[in-house]
Amino acid sequence: MVLLDVKNVSKRYKDTKALSNVNFSVKEGEFISIIGPSGAGKSTLLRCINRMIDANDGEIIFDGIDVLKLNKRDLRRLRTKIGMIFQHYNLVYRLSVIENVLHGRLGYKSKIDGIIGRYSEEEKEQALKILEDLGLGQQIYKRCDELSGGQKQRVGIARSLIQNPKMILCDEPIASLDPSSSKVIMDQLKDISVEKGITCLVNLHQVEVAIKYSDRIIGVNSGQVVFDGPSRELSSDTIYAIYGTEAGNLIVD
Amino acid sequence: MQINPFVKKRRQFIGLTIILTIFTFASIIITEYDVVKGFTSAPRAINWMIANLYPKEEALKNLPRILDKLGETVIISIGSTTVASIFALMFAILGSKTTKVNNVLSLFSRLTASIFRNIPIVAWAMVLLFSFGQSSFTGYLALFFVTFGFLTRAFMETIDEASFSCVEALRATGANYIHIIFQAVLPSSIPQIISWMLFMIETNIRSSTLIGILTGTGIGFSFNLYYKSMNYNAASLVVISIVCTVLLIELLSNYIRRVIL
Repeated sequence: MVLLDVKNVSKRYKDTKALSNVNFSVKEGEFISIIGPSGAGKSTLLRCINRMIDANDGEIIFDGIDVLKLNKRDLRRLRTKIGMIFQHYNLVYRLSVIENVLHGRLGYKSKIDGIIGRYSEEEKEQALKILEDLGLGQQIYKRCDELSGGQKQRVGIARSLIQNPKMILCDEPIASLDPSSSKVIMDQLKDISVEKGITCLVNLHQVEVAIKYSDRIIGVNSGQVVFDGPSRELSSDTIYAIYGTEAGNLIVD
Repeated sequence: MQINPFVKKRRQFIGLTIILTIFTFASIIITEYDVVKGFTSAPRAINWMIANLYPKEEALKNLPRILDKLGETVIISIGSTTVASIFALMFAILGSKTTKVNNVLSLFSRLTASIFRNIPIVAWAMVLLFSFGQSSFTGYLALFFVTFGFLTRAFMETIDEASFSCVEALRATGANYIHIIFQAVLPSSIPQIISWMLFMIETNIRSSTLIGILTGTGIGFSFNLYYKSMNYNAASLVVISIVCTVLLIELLSNYIRRVIL
């Protein structure tokens, strides 16, 4: 079943075209990587889906809802169904791990409950369970600035999981991490997609990681989709086409 | 033709030095400032200070009255800072790039803060003197306005710096504006905000001396009174007590900063 349908989406910044006529669709439970050179429009594409950035043209259908036509209130409701993970984790570092995780529930809260941070016992238990599953059971009351990079990213994952999302958007989740934490994070994302059936859309810089983990790869260059297919079909010629370089000029060789 | 970047840098440096020298000499000529006399009269001024500006025993009799006024000054400066910071925080949230509601309100709040900040505190005191007369309230208001203008600007930068990334994350979870303010913006910027408030309290104690001279209140008035009645010993006691208070508050606020940051 198709969860997300991106049709002819374009985004312009004054003179430059960040995205032009992007088309692809995502089935429920798929693990998809988006690869491409820096500045190709990967982040813009991801942010257009939950309207952190407004696309200029086209249509984005998520779970049967036309995303670009939503008003503010419905947009917030939609965003509760889409988790997001960032390269720089984007946590509130002065708050504890559990508080940061519970922030994922704010989209479901009334004004007052959200302001004073009142969460139900079930929500707290769910947060605790997610943290234990991610291996952070010992850290729940630690302040987030005391954590390592990999642990911070796991808090980011926990914050998106507690939203009970249908899809998680990951913007370069391992770009600031060392190889071993990167593996932990990617394994956990893969587990989430396999076990909970949550669709993952991941921006990546590492081609080999993309091939290893994803069901499907979308290659983006200069704001256009230049490749869209299962990861086993990604030949080295297509990789060069995606990155726009001559053969032999990439570190993956 | 390619110019060596090191040569270019040296040329820029030499050019800057020449321009500064020209400015210095031009201003000396325009203001008819006698350089030699300026330097030679400095020791005489210091001599006069040593001879006159020290507290004598009989000046100590004034100490209770001075401390009373000093207490008033400290309270005025703390009061004006805390109340101004509440307003400044509201304006900063509306004005900051990260948390603005819309561009019109943002511009309005930036402009307001800028007007309050850029009118000198002395001008505020003089203007308010007409409306409110010689009272502590006039001094309070003058400090309040300038503090408000300054803190709005400082808070705006704090908010942009400290909370841009977590605001993005919370928006993506579907949290609404007021949740984001209370759960992300305030928790991440509060230590900086308190730090700025402490800085402003110190600054305000210092400026309230000047304000006091103008508005006839607080410690500034005591200084003015003793100074004009040529009771330099008592005047020096006022200066020393101000210095001590400011140092004390600085120590205290450094301690608070260490704890909260």
